[in-house]
Amino acid sequence: MNSVFGYIGGHFIRFLQESGRITMLFGQTIVLIFRPPFDVREPLSQMEEIGVRSIPVVVITAAFTGMVLALQSFTGFRRFHAETLVGTVVALSVTRELGPVLTGLMVSGRVGSAMAAELGTMRVTEQIDALHTLATNPVKYLIVPRFLASLVMFPILVVFADIIGIMGGYFVSVKILGTNPTIYIRRTWDYLELNDIYSGLLKACVFGMIMATISCYQGFYTEGGAEGVGKATTRAVVLSSLLILISNYFITALLF
Amino acid sequence: MVEDTSVKIEVVDLHKSFSNNQVLRGVNLEVRNGESMVVIGGSGVGKSVLIKCIIGLLRPDSGSIRVDGQEVTSLNEKSLNEIRKKFGMLFQAGALFDSLSVWENVGFGLKHHTSLRDGEIKAIAVEKLGLVGLSHVEDLMPSELSGGMRKRVSLARAIAIEPEILLYDEPTTGLDPIMADVINELIVQMRKKLQVTSIAITHDMVSAYKIADRIAMLYEGKIIEVGTPQQNRDSRNAIVQQFIQGRAEGPIKVR
Ligand SMILES: Nc1ncnc2c1ncn2[C@@H]1O[C@H](COP(=O)(O)OP(=O)(O)O)[C@@H](O)[C@H]1O
Ligand SMILES: [Mg+2]
Repeated sequence: MNSVFGYIGGHFIRFLQESGRITMLFGQTIVLIFRPPFDVREPLSQMEEIGVRSIPVVVITAAFTGMVLALQSFTGFRRFHAETLVGTVVALSVTRELGPVLTGLMVSGRVGSAMAAELGTMRVTEQIDALHTLATNPVKYLIVPRFLASLVMFPILVVFADIIGIMGGYFVSVKILGTNPTIYIRRTWDYLELNDIYSGLLKACVFGMIMATISCYQGFYTEGGAEGVGKATTRAVVLSSLLILISNYFITALLF
Repeated sequence: MVEDTSVKIEVVDLHKSFSNNQVLRGVNLEVRNGESMVVIGGSGVGKSVLIKCIIGLLRPDSGSIRVDGQEVTSLNEKSLNEIRKKFGMLFQAGALFDSLSVWENVGFGLKHHTSLRDGEIKAIAVEKLGLVGLSHVEDLMPSELSGGMRKRVSLARAIAIEPEILLYDEPTTGLDPIMADVINELIVQMRKKLQVTSIAITHDMVSAYKIADRIAMLYEGKIIEVGTPQQNRDSRNAIVQQFIQGRAEGPIKVR
Protein backbone atom coordinates (compact mmCIF):
# COMPACT_ATOMS: atom_id res chain seq x y z
CA MET A 1 0.00 0.00 0.00
CA ASN A 2 2.77 2.36 1.01
CA SER A 3 4.70 1.68 -2.18
CA VAL A 4 1.63 2.45 -4.26
CA PHE A 5 1.40 5.88 -2.68
CA GLY A 6 5.14 6.27 -3.06
CA TYR A 7 4.88 5.37 -6.73
CA ILE A 8 2.02 7.75 -7.42
CA GLY A 9 3.59 10.49 -5.30
CA GLY A 10 6.91 10.12 -7.08
CA HIS A 11 5.27 10.45 -10.47
CA PHE A 12 3.21 13.39 -9.32
CA ILE A 13 6.29 15.24 -8.06
CA ARG A 14 8.13 14.53 -11.30
CA PHE A 15 5.10 15.79 -13.24
CA LEU A 16 5.16 19.04 -11.25
CA GLN A 17 8.91 19.46 -11.73
CA GLU A 18 8.62 18.84 -15.44
CA SER A 19 5.71 21.29 -15.81
CA GLY A 20 7.71 23.89 -13.95
CA ARG A 21 10.74 23.46 -16.17
CA ILE A 22 8.64 23.62 -19.34
CA THR A 23 6.96 26.80 -18.11
CA MET A 24 10.35 28.32 -17.30
CA LEU A 25 11.70 27.49 -20.75
CA PHE A 26 8.58 29.05 -22.28
CA GLY A 27 9.03 32.22 -20.22
CA GLN A 28 12.72 32.41 -21.07
CA THR A 29 11.92 32.03 -24.78
CA ILE A 30 9.37 34.85 -24.69
CA VAL A 31 11.81 37.18 -22.91
CA LEU A 32 14.64 36.35 -25.32
CA ILE A 33 12.47 37.06 -28.39
CA PHE A 34 12.56 40.73 -27.46
CA ARG A 35 16.24 40.88 -26.56
CA PRO A 36 18.78 41.84 -29.25
CA PRO A 37 20.52 40.68 -31.40
CA PHE A 38 17.64 39.99 -33.75
CA ASP A 39 18.35 37.38 -36.35
CA VAL A 40 16.18 37.00 -39.44
CA ARG A 41 17.94 34.27 -41.36
CA GLU A 42 17.46 31.42 -38.90
CA PRO A 43 13.72 32.02 -38.29
CA LEU A 44 13.21 32.23 -42.06
CA SER A 45 14.95 28.95 -42.67
CA GLN A 46 12.89 27.38 -39.88
CA MET A 47 9.74 28.82 -41.45
CA GLU A 48 10.64 27.06 -44.66
CA GLU A 49 11.19 23.81 -42.79
CA ILE A 50 8.03 24.06 -40.67
CA GLY A 51 5.76 25.77 -43.16
CA VAL A 52 6.68 25.17 -46.76
CA ARG A 53 7.75 21.55 -46.29
CA SER A 54 4.55 20.76 -44.39
CA ILE A 55 2.24 21.91 -47.17
CA PRO A 56 1.89 18.47 -48.85
CA VAL A 57 0.92 16.82 -45.55
CA VAL A 58 -1.52 19.61 -44.70
CA VAL A 59 -3.10 19.61 -48.17
CA ILE A 60 -3.72 15.87 -48.21
CA THR A 61 -5.05 15.84 -44.64
CA ALA A 62 -7.39 18.77 -45.24
CA ALA A 63 -8.63 17.57 -48.62
CA PHE A 64 -9.64 14.13 -47.43
CA THR A 65 -11.11 15.51 -44.21
CA GLY A 66 -13.31 17.92 -46.16
CA MET A 67 -14.31 15.14 -48.52
CA VAL A 68 -15.24 12.63 -45.84
CA LEU A 69 -17.13 15.32 -43.91
CA ALA A 70 -19.24 15.98 -46.99
CA LEU A 71 -19.99 12.28 -47.42
CA GLN A 72 -20.88 11.71 -43.78
CA SER A 73 -23.01 14.80 -43.28
CA PHE A 74 -24.80 14.13 -46.55
CA THR A 75 -25.77 10.67 -45.30
CA GLY A 76 -27.10 12.18 -42.10
CA PHE A 77 -28.89 15.22 -43.51
CA ARG A 78 -30.57 13.25 -46.29
CA ARG A 79 -32.62 11.47 -43.63
CA PHE A 80 -34.49 14.73 -42.93
CA HIS A 81 -34.09 16.28 -46.38
CA ALA A 82 -31.55 18.91 -45.39
CA GLU A 83 -28.83 17.97 -47.89
CA THR A 84 -28.24 21.61 -48.74
CA LEU A 85 -26.79 22.21 -45.27
CA VAL A 86 -23.77 20.05 -46.05
CA GLY A 87 -21.83 23.11 -47.19
CA THR A 88 -22.46 24.87 -43.89
CA VAL A 89 -21.42 21.89 -41.81
CA VAL A 90 -18.24 21.37 -43.77
CA ALA A 91 -17.25 25.04 -43.55
CA LEU A 92 -17.92 25.36 -39.83
CA SER A 93 -16.30 22.05 -38.87
CA VAL A 94 -13.21 22.72 -40.92
CA THR A 95 -12.58 26.33 -39.91
CA ARG A 96 -13.49 26.03 -36.23
CA GLU A 97 -12.20 22.60 -35.39
CA LEU A 98 -10.73 20.14 -37.83
CA GLY A 99 -8.50 22.54 -39.75
CA PRO A 100 -6.51 23.70 -36.73
CA VAL A 101 -6.59 20.42 -34.79
CA LEU A 102 -5.63 18.09 -37.61
CA THR A 103 -3.02 20.51 -38.93
CA GLY A 104 -1.64 20.84 -35.40
CA LEU A 105 -1.43 17.08 -34.93
CA MET A 106 0.04 16.32 -38.35
CA VAL A 107 2.61 19.11 -38.24
CA SER A 108 3.57 18.16 -34.67
CA GLY A 109 4.25 14.64 -35.86
CA ARG A 110 6.40 15.87 -38.68
CA VAL A 111 8.13 18.92 -37.22
CA GLY A 112 8.03 18.25 -33.47
CA SER A 113 9.88 14.97 -33.87
CA ALA A 114 12.49 16.64 -36.08
CA MET A 115 13.00 19.47 -33.57
CA ALA A 116 13.42 17.09 -30.65
CA ALA A 117 15.79 14.85 -32.60
CA GLU A 118 17.87 17.77 -33.82
CA LEU A 119 18.25 19.47 -30.43
CA GLY A 120 18.64 16.10 -28.70
CA THR A 121 21.52 15.18 -30.99
CA MET A 122 23.10 18.57 -30.34
CA ARG A 123 22.81 17.94 -26.60
CA VAL A 124 24.35 14.46 -26.58
CA THR A 125 27.17 15.45 -28.96
CA GLU A 126 28.00 18.42 -26.69
CA GLN A 127 27.08 21.00 -29.35
CA ILE A 128 24.86 22.78 -26.82
CA ASP A 129 27.78 22.88 -24.36
CA ALA A 130 29.92 24.23 -27.20
CA LEU A 131 27.41 27.06 -27.70
CA HIS A 132 27.75 27.97 -24.01
CA THR A 133 31.54 27.99 -24.24
CA LEU A 134 31.29 30.30 -27.25
CA ALA A 135 29.35 32.66 -24.97
CA THR A 136 26.14 32.16 -26.92
CA ASN A 137 22.78 31.58 -25.26
CA PRO A 138 21.48 28.30 -26.74
CA VAL A 139 17.87 29.15 -25.94
CA LYS A 140 18.19 32.36 -27.96
CA TYR A 141 20.15 30.70 -30.75
CA LEU A 142 18.22 27.42 -31.09
CA ILE A 143 14.79 27.72 -29.53
CA VAL A 144 13.70 31.29 -30.28
CA PRO A 145 13.84 30.84 -34.11
CA ARG A 146 11.91 27.56 -33.93
CA PHE A 147 9.33 29.08 -31.62
CA LEU A 148 8.81 32.17 -33.78
CA ALA A 149 8.64 30.14 -36.98
CA SER A 150 6.00 27.82 -35.48
CA LEU A 151 3.98 30.73 -34.16
CA VAL A 152 3.90 32.31 -37.62
CA MET A 153 3.55 29.23 -39.78
CA PHE A 154 0.83 27.31 -37.92
CA PRO A 155 -1.90 29.89 -38.67
CA ILE A 156 -0.77 30.17 -42.28
CA LEU A 157 -0.95 26.40 -42.67
CA VAL A 158 -4.40 26.45 -41.09
CA VAL A 159 -5.61 29.01 -43.63
CA PHE A 160 -4.40 26.59 -46.28
CA ALA A 161 -6.16 23.70 -44.58
CA ASP A 162 -9.42 25.71 -44.35
CA ILE A 163 -9.42 26.50 -48.05
CA ILE A 164 -8.46 23.00 -49.17
CA GLY A 165 -10.92 21.37 -46.75
CA ILE A 166 -13.83 23.47 -48.02
CA MET A 167 -12.80 22.73 -51.60
CA GLY A 168 -12.71 19.01 -50.78
CA GLY A 169 -16.24 19.18 -49.42
CA TYR A 170 -17.38 21.09 -52.49
CA PHE A 171 -15.82 18.54 -54.80
CA VAL A 172 -17.54 15.56 -53.20
CA SER A 173 -20.92 17.30 -52.84
CA VAL A 174 -21.05 18.76 -56.31
CA LYS A 175 -19.14 16.30 -58.47
CA ILE A 176 -20.04 13.04 -56.74
CA LEU A 177 -23.29 13.60 -54.85
CA GLY A 178 -24.76 15.98 -57.42
CA THR A 179 -25.58 18.96 -55.17
CA ASN A 180 -26.28 22.21 -56.99
CA PRO A 181 -22.99 24.19 -56.94
CA THR A 182 -24.62 27.63 -56.50
CA ILE A 183 -26.62 26.48 -53.50
CA TYR A 184 -23.59 24.74 -52.01
CA ILE A 185 -21.48 27.87 -52.26
CA ARG A 186 -24.25 30.07 -50.90
CA ARG A 187 -24.77 27.72 -47.92
CA THR A 188 -21.04 27.82 -47.25
CA TRP A 189 -20.81 31.62 -47.19
CA ASP A 190 -24.18 32.49 -45.65
CA TYR A 191 -23.47 30.93 -42.29
CA LEU A 192 -19.70 31.28 -42.07
CA GLU A 193 -18.63 34.15 -39.81
CA LEU A 194 -15.22 35.76 -39.54
CA ASN A 195 -15.26 34.68 -35.90
CA ASP A 196 -15.19 31.05 -36.95
CA ILE A 197 -12.00 31.64 -38.88
CA TYR A 198 -10.41 33.80 -36.18
CA SER A 199 -11.04 31.22 -33.48
CA GLY A 200 -9.39 28.60 -35.68
CA LEU A 201 -6.37 30.83 -36.22
CA LEU A 202 -6.10 31.60 -32.51
CA LYS A 203 -6.05 27.87 -31.86
CA ALA A 204 -3.34 27.48 -34.47
CA CYS A 205 -1.13 30.05 -32.73
CA VAL A 206 -1.54 28.27 -29.40
CA PHE A 207 -0.85 24.86 -30.97
CA GLY A 208 2.26 26.23 -32.66
CA MET A 209 3.60 27.53 -29.34
CA ILE A 210 2.77 24.25 -27.60
CA MET A 211 4.47 22.15 -30.26
CA ALA A 212 7.62 24.29 -30.38
CA THR A 213 7.98 24.59 -26.60
CA ILE A 214 7.37 20.90 -25.85
CA SER A 215 9.53 19.59 -28.68
CA CYS A 216 12.41 21.96 -28.01
CA TYR A 217 12.19 21.17 -24.29
CA GLN A 218 12.36 17.43 -24.92
CA GLY A 219 15.32 17.81 -27.26
CA PHE A 220 17.16 20.41 -25.20
CA TYR A 221 17.16 18.33 -22.01
CA THR A 222 17.90 14.98 -23.63
CA GLU A 223 20.03 12.61 -21.55
CA GLY A 224 21.56 9.28 -22.36
CA GLY A 225 23.03 9.19 -25.85
CA ALA A 226 21.32 7.96 -29.00
CA GLU A 227 18.72 6.05 -27.02
CA GLY A 228 17.84 9.23 -25.17
CA VAL A 229 17.34 11.06 -28.46
CA GLY A 230 14.88 8.37 -29.57
CA LYS A 231 12.91 8.67 -26.35
CA ALA A 232 12.89 12.47 -26.51
CA THR A 233 11.51 12.32 -30.06
CA THR A 234 8.66 10.03 -29.09
CA ARG A 235 7.84 12.06 -26.00
CA ALA A 236 7.85 15.29 -28.03
CA VAL A 237 5.20 14.00 -30.43
CA VAL A 238 3.00 12.29 -27.85
CA LEU A 239 3.07 15.16 -25.36
CA SER A 240 2.56 17.86 -28.03
CA SER A 241 -0.40 15.98 -29.48
CA LEU A 242 -2.03 15.41 -26.10
CA LEU A 243 -1.58 19.03 -25.05
CA ILE A 244 -2.99 20.21 -28.39
CA LEU A 245 -6.12 18.13 -27.90
CA ILE A 246 -6.55 19.19 -24.27
CA SER A 247 -5.94 22.90 -24.90
CA ASN A 248 -8.29 22.69 -27.89
CA TYR A 249 -11.16 21.84 -25.58
CA PHE A 250 -10.42 24.70 -23.23
CA ILE A 251 -9.98 27.30 -25.97
CA THR A 252 -13.27 26.18 -27.51
CA ALA A 253 -15.01 26.35 -24.15
CA LEU A 254 -13.62 29.85 -23.51
CA LEU A 255 -14.69 31.17 -26.91
CA PHE A 256 -18.02 29.36 -26.87
CA MET B 1 61.22 31.81 -21.26
CA VAL B 2 60.62 34.12 -18.32
CA GLU B 3 58.85 32.34 -15.50
CA ASP B 4 55.52 33.92 -14.71
CA THR B 5 54.31 32.43 -11.50
CA SER B 6 51.08 34.39 -11.09
CA VAL B 7 48.06 32.14 -10.76
CA LYS B 8 45.63 32.09 -13.69
CA ILE B 9 43.13 29.52 -12.47
CA GLU B 10 42.67 28.48 -8.88
CA VAL B 11 40.36 25.67 -7.83
CA VAL B 12 39.78 25.29 -4.09
CA ASP B 13 38.00 22.42 -2.34
CA LEU B 14 35.62 21.78 -5.23
CA HIS B 15 32.74 19.38 -4.66
CA LYS B 16 30.28 18.13 -7.24
CA SER B 17 27.89 15.21 -7.06
CA PHE B 18 25.06 13.89 -9.20
CA SER B 19 22.21 12.60 -6.98
CA ASN B 20 24.20 10.15 -4.80
CA ASN B 21 27.24 9.83 -7.06
CA GLN B 22 29.96 11.97 -5.46
CA VAL B 23 32.25 12.78 -8.36
CA LEU B 24 34.47 15.62 -7.10
CA ARG B 25 35.23 15.47 -3.38
CA GLY B 26 37.49 18.42 -2.67
CA VAL B 27 39.60 19.17 -5.72
CA ASN B 28 42.45 21.67 -5.28
CA LEU B 29 44.38 22.80 -8.32
CA GLU B 30 46.45 25.84 -9.25
CA VAL B 31 47.29 26.64 -12.85
CA ARG B 32 49.90 29.33 -13.43
CA ASN B 33 49.88 31.91 -16.16
CA GLY B 34 51.08 30.43 -19.45
CA GLU B 35 51.35 26.96 -18.01
CA SER B 36 50.22 23.74 -19.65
CA MET B 37 48.53 21.65 -16.98
CA VAL B 38 47.53 18.08 -17.72
CA VAL B 39 45.02 16.30 -15.51
CA ILE B 40 45.24 12.52 -15.74
CA GLY B 41 42.90 9.93 -14.34
CA GLY B 42 40.89 6.86 -15.27
CA SER B 43 37.67 6.88 -17.23
CA GLY B 44 34.77 8.19 -15.22
CA VAL B 45 36.77 9.73 -12.37
CA GLY B 46 35.33 13.14 -13.21
CA LYS B 47 37.92 14.79 -15.45
CA SER B 48 35.27 16.19 -17.78
CA VAL B 49 33.14 17.25 -14.83
CA LEU B 50 36.13 19.21 -13.49
CA ILE B 51 36.72 21.24 -16.64
CA LYS B 52 33.00 21.71 -17.18
CA CYS B 53 32.86 23.28 -13.73
CA ILE B 54 35.79 25.54 -14.59
CA ILE B 55 34.10 26.92 -17.71
CA GLY B 56 30.72 27.11 -15.98
CA LEU B 57 28.89 24.37 -17.89
CA LEU B 58 28.22 22.65 -14.58
CA ARG B 59 27.66 24.35 -11.24
CA PRO B 60 29.71 22.86 -8.41
CA ASP B 61 27.96 22.07 -5.12
CA SER B 62 30.62 23.85 -3.09
CA GLY B 63 34.15 25.18 -3.32
CA SER B 64 35.64 27.99 -5.31
CA ILE B 65 37.02 28.55 -8.80
CA ARG B 66 38.88 31.78 -9.51
CA VAL B 67 39.94 32.88 -12.96
CA ASP B 68 42.36 35.83 -12.88
CA GLY B 69 41.30 36.22 -9.27
CA GLN B 70 37.61 36.48 -10.11
CA GLU B 71 35.24 34.01 -8.50
CA VAL B 72 33.18 32.31 -11.22
CA THR B 73 31.06 29.79 -9.33
CA SER B 74 28.53 32.40 -8.21
CA LEU B 75 28.22 34.32 -11.49
CA ASN B 76 24.95 34.55 -13.40
CA GLU B 77 24.76 33.45 -17.03
CA LYS B 78 25.45 36.95 -18.37
CA SER B 79 28.65 37.59 -16.41
CA LEU B 80 29.67 34.01 -17.02
CA ASN B 81 29.50 34.68 -20.76
CA GLU B 82 31.98 37.55 -20.31
CA ILE B 83 34.39 35.19 -18.53
CA ARG B 84 33.85 32.53 -21.18
CA LYS B 85 35.26 34.84 -23.82
CA LYS B 86 38.63 34.20 -22.17
CA PHE B 87 38.23 30.50 -22.82
CA GLY B 88 38.41 28.21 -25.80
CA MET B 89 37.40 24.60 -25.40
CA LEU B 90 38.15 21.54 -27.46
CA PHE B 91 35.47 18.91 -26.92
CA GLN B 92 36.17 15.22 -26.94
CA ALA B 93 34.27 14.48 -30.16
CA GLY B 94 34.71 17.97 -31.59
CA ALA B 95 31.14 19.16 -30.97
CA LEU B 96 31.11 20.94 -34.33
CA PHE B 97 27.77 22.42 -35.35
CA ASP B 98 26.35 20.00 -37.94
CA SER B 99 24.27 22.60 -39.70
CA LEU B 100 27.13 25.05 -40.32
CA SER B 101 30.03 24.76 -42.73
CA VAL B 102 33.60 24.44 -41.46
CA TRP B 103 34.40 28.15 -41.77
CA GLU B 104 31.11 29.14 -40.13
CA ASN B 105 31.99 26.82 -37.26
CA VAL B 106 35.44 28.35 -36.87
CA GLY B 107 34.07 31.88 -37.19
CA PHE B 108 31.10 31.32 -34.86
CA GLY B 109 32.50 33.32 -31.96
CA LEU B 110 33.57 36.16 -34.25
CA LYS B 111 30.16 36.32 -35.90
CA HIS B 112 28.39 36.55 -32.57
CA HIS B 113 30.76 38.77 -30.62
CA THR B 114 32.31 41.13 -33.16
CA SER B 115 30.92 43.30 -35.92
CA LEU B 116 33.14 41.75 -38.60
CA ARG B 117 31.52 41.02 -41.93
CA ASP B 118 31.24 37.49 -43.35
CA GLY B 119 34.11 37.98 -45.81
CA GLU B 120 36.47 39.03 -43.03
CA ILE B 121 35.32 36.22 -40.75
CA LYS B 122 35.92 33.67 -43.48
CA ALA B 123 39.44 35.03 -44.05
CA ILE B 124 40.23 34.70 -40.33
CA ALA B 125 38.71 31.20 -40.29
CA VAL B 126 40.93 30.15 -43.20
CA GLU B 127 43.95 31.56 -41.36
CA LYS B 128 43.10 29.66 -38.14
CA LEU B 129 42.50 26.48 -40.14
CA GLY B 130 45.98 27.00 -41.57
CA LEU B 131 47.36 27.19 -38.01
CA VAL B 132 46.01 23.70 -37.31
CA GLY B 133 47.35 22.42 -40.62
CA LEU B 134 44.15 22.33 -42.64
CA SER B 135 43.62 23.92 -46.04
CA HIS B 136 40.79 23.82 -48.58
CA VAL B 137 38.29 22.51 -46.04
CA GLU B 138 36.51 25.78 -45.22
CA ASP B 139 33.49 25.09 -47.41
CA LEU B 140 33.00 21.47 -46.35
CA MET B 141 30.33 20.40 -43.87
CA PRO B 142 31.43 18.72 -40.59
CA SER B 143 29.92 15.40 -41.70
CA GLU B 144 32.48 15.28 -44.53
CA LEU B 145 35.46 15.34 -42.14
CA SER B 146 37.47 12.51 -40.57
CA GLY B 147 37.86 12.25 -36.77
CA GLY B 148 41.28 13.89 -36.75
CA MET B 149 40.10 16.71 -38.99
CA ARG B 150 37.06 17.32 -36.78
CA LYS B 151 39.31 17.75 -33.76
CA ARG B 152 41.53 20.14 -35.64
CA VAL B 153 38.57 22.20 -36.86
CA SER B 154 37.29 22.25 -33.30
CA LEU B 155 40.71 23.49 -32.16
CA ALA B 156 40.62 26.18 -34.84
CA ARG B 157 37.20 27.24 -33.54
CA ALA B 158 38.54 27.33 -29.98
CA ILE B 159 41.47 29.60 -30.90
CA ALA B 160 39.53 31.84 -33.33
CA ILE B 161 38.51 34.33 -30.66
CA GLU B 162 42.10 34.36 -29.34
CA PRO B 163 41.38 33.04 -25.86
CA GLU B 164 43.76 33.33 -22.93
CA ILE B 165 42.90 29.86 -21.70
CA LEU B 166 42.42 26.65 -23.67
CA LEU B 167 40.69 23.59 -22.28
CA TYR B 168 41.23 20.26 -23.98
CA ASP B 169 38.92 17.32 -23.23
CA GLU B 170 40.80 14.15 -24.19
CA PRO B 171 42.41 15.68 -27.28
CA THR B 172 43.96 12.43 -28.50
CA THR B 173 41.34 9.85 -27.53
CA GLY B 174 40.01 7.87 -30.47
CA LEU B 175 42.79 8.89 -32.86
CA ASP B 176 45.48 6.72 -34.39
CA PRO B 177 48.97 7.24 -32.88
CA ILE B 178 50.18 9.41 -35.75
CA MET B 179 47.15 11.69 -35.71
CA ALA B 180 47.43 11.79 -31.91
CA ASP B 181 50.98 13.05 -32.28
CA VAL B 182 49.85 15.68 -34.79
CA ILE B 183 47.37 16.95 -32.21
CA ASN B 184 49.97 16.87 -29.42
CA GLU B 185 52.33 18.85 -31.63
CA LEU B 186 49.57 21.40 -32.29
CA ILE B 187 48.87 21.80 -28.59
CA VAL B 188 52.55 22.45 -27.92
CA GLN B 189 52.63 24.98 -30.77
CA MET B 190 49.46 26.73 -29.57
CA ARG B 191 51.18 27.35 -26.30
CA LYS B 192 54.36 28.66 -27.90
CA LYS B 193 52.66 30.80 -30.55
CA LEU B 194 49.69 32.08 -28.61
CA GLN B 195 51.10 32.04 -25.05
CA VAL B 196 47.89 30.55 -23.72
CA THR B 197 47.34 28.89 -20.39
CA SER B 198 45.88 25.45 -20.86
CA ILE B 199 44.33 22.55 -19.05
CA ALA B 200 44.19 19.23 -20.86
CA ILE B 201 42.57 16.13 -19.46
CA THR B 202 43.63 12.76 -20.73
CA HIS B 203 44.42 9.19 -19.88
CA ASP B 204 46.98 8.99 -22.67
CA MET B 205 50.38 9.18 -20.93
CA VAL B 206 52.33 9.64 -24.16
CA SER B 207 50.29 12.74 -24.82
CA ALA B 208 50.54 13.91 -21.19
CA TYR B 209 54.35 13.76 -21.17
CA LYS B 210 54.55 15.52 -24.49
CA ILE B 211 52.35 18.51 -23.71
CA ALA B 212 52.55 19.01 -19.96
CA ASP B 213 54.52 21.49 -17.89
CA ARG B 214 52.92 19.87 -14.88
CA ILE B 215 50.78 16.79 -14.44
CA ALA B 216 48.03 16.42 -11.83
CA MET B 217 46.42 13.11 -11.06
CA LEU B 218 42.70 12.97 -10.22
CA TYR B 219 41.69 9.96 -8.18
CA GLU B 220 38.55 9.31 -6.12
CA GLY B 221 37.42 12.91 -6.43
CA LYS B 222 40.68 14.55 -5.39
CA ILE B 223 43.96 15.67 -6.95
CA ILE B 224 46.37 13.26 -5.29
CA GLU B 225 49.64 14.52 -6.76
CA VAL B 226 50.92 17.41 -8.88
CA GLY B 227 54.37 17.66 -10.44
CA THR B 228 56.50 18.02 -13.54
CA PRO B 229 56.53 15.10 -15.98
CA GLN B 230 59.85 14.02 -14.48
CA GLN B 231 58.46 14.14 -10.93
CA ASN B 232 55.44 12.24 -12.19
CA ARG B 233 57.58 9.46 -13.65
CA ASP B 234 59.56 9.24 -10.42
CA SER B 235 56.49 9.35 -8.20
CA ARG B 236 56.59 7.07 -5.17
CA ASN B 237 52.79 7.07 -4.98
CA ALA B 238 51.62 3.54 -5.80
CA ILE B 239 48.39 4.81 -7.36
CA VAL B 240 50.24 7.14 -9.73
CA GLN B 241 52.72 4.42 -10.64
CA GLN B 242 49.96 1.93 -11.37
CA PHE B 243 48.17 4.42 -13.58
CA ILE B 244 51.16 5.59 -15.62
CA GLN B 245 52.36 2.05 -16.14
CA GLY B 246 48.85 0.91 -17.03
CA ARG B 247 48.75 -2.13 -14.77
CA ALA B 248 45.49 -3.85 -13.86
CA GLU B 249 46.82 -4.84 -10.44
CA GLY B 250 47.43 -2.35 -7.69
CA PRO B 251 45.66 -0.01 -5.31
CA ILE B 252 43.31 1.48 -7.95
CA LYS B 253 39.93 -0.17 -7.67
CA VAL B 254 38.59 -1.09 -11.10
CA ARG B 255 34.81 -1.07 -11.16
N1 LIG C 1 25.43 15.55 -16.46
C1 LIG C 1 25.65 14.46 -15.67
N2 LIG C 1 24.63 13.92 -14.98
C2 LIG C 1 24.83 12.86 -14.16
N3 LIG C 1 26.02 12.25 -14.00
C3 LIG C 1 27.07 12.74 -14.67
C4 LIG C 1 26.95 13.87 -15.55
N4 LIG C 1 28.17 14.14 -16.08
C5 LIG C 1 29.00 13.21 -15.55
N5 LIG C 1 28.36 12.38 -14.71
C6 LIG C 1 28.97 11.29 -13.95
O1 LIG C 1 30.15 11.77 -13.39
C7 LIG C 1 31.18 10.79 -13.43
C8 LIG C 1 32.42 11.36 -14.08
O2 LIG C 1 32.16 11.62 -15.45
P1 LIG C 1 33.24 12.30 -16.40
O3 LIG C 1 33.73 13.55 -15.80
O4 LIG C 1 32.61 12.41 -17.74
O5 LIG C 1 34.41 11.23 -16.44
P2 LIG C 1 35.77 11.30 -17.23
O6 LIG C 1 36.83 11.36 -16.18
O7 LIG C 1 35.88 10.02 -17.99
O8 LIG C 1 35.74 12.50 -18.11
C9 LIG C 1 30.58 9.60 -14.16
O9 LIG C 1 30.22 8.65 -13.18
C10 LIG C 1 29.37 10.14 -14.83
O10 LIG C 1 28.37 9.17 -14.90
MG1 LIG D 1 35.46 12.72 -20.18
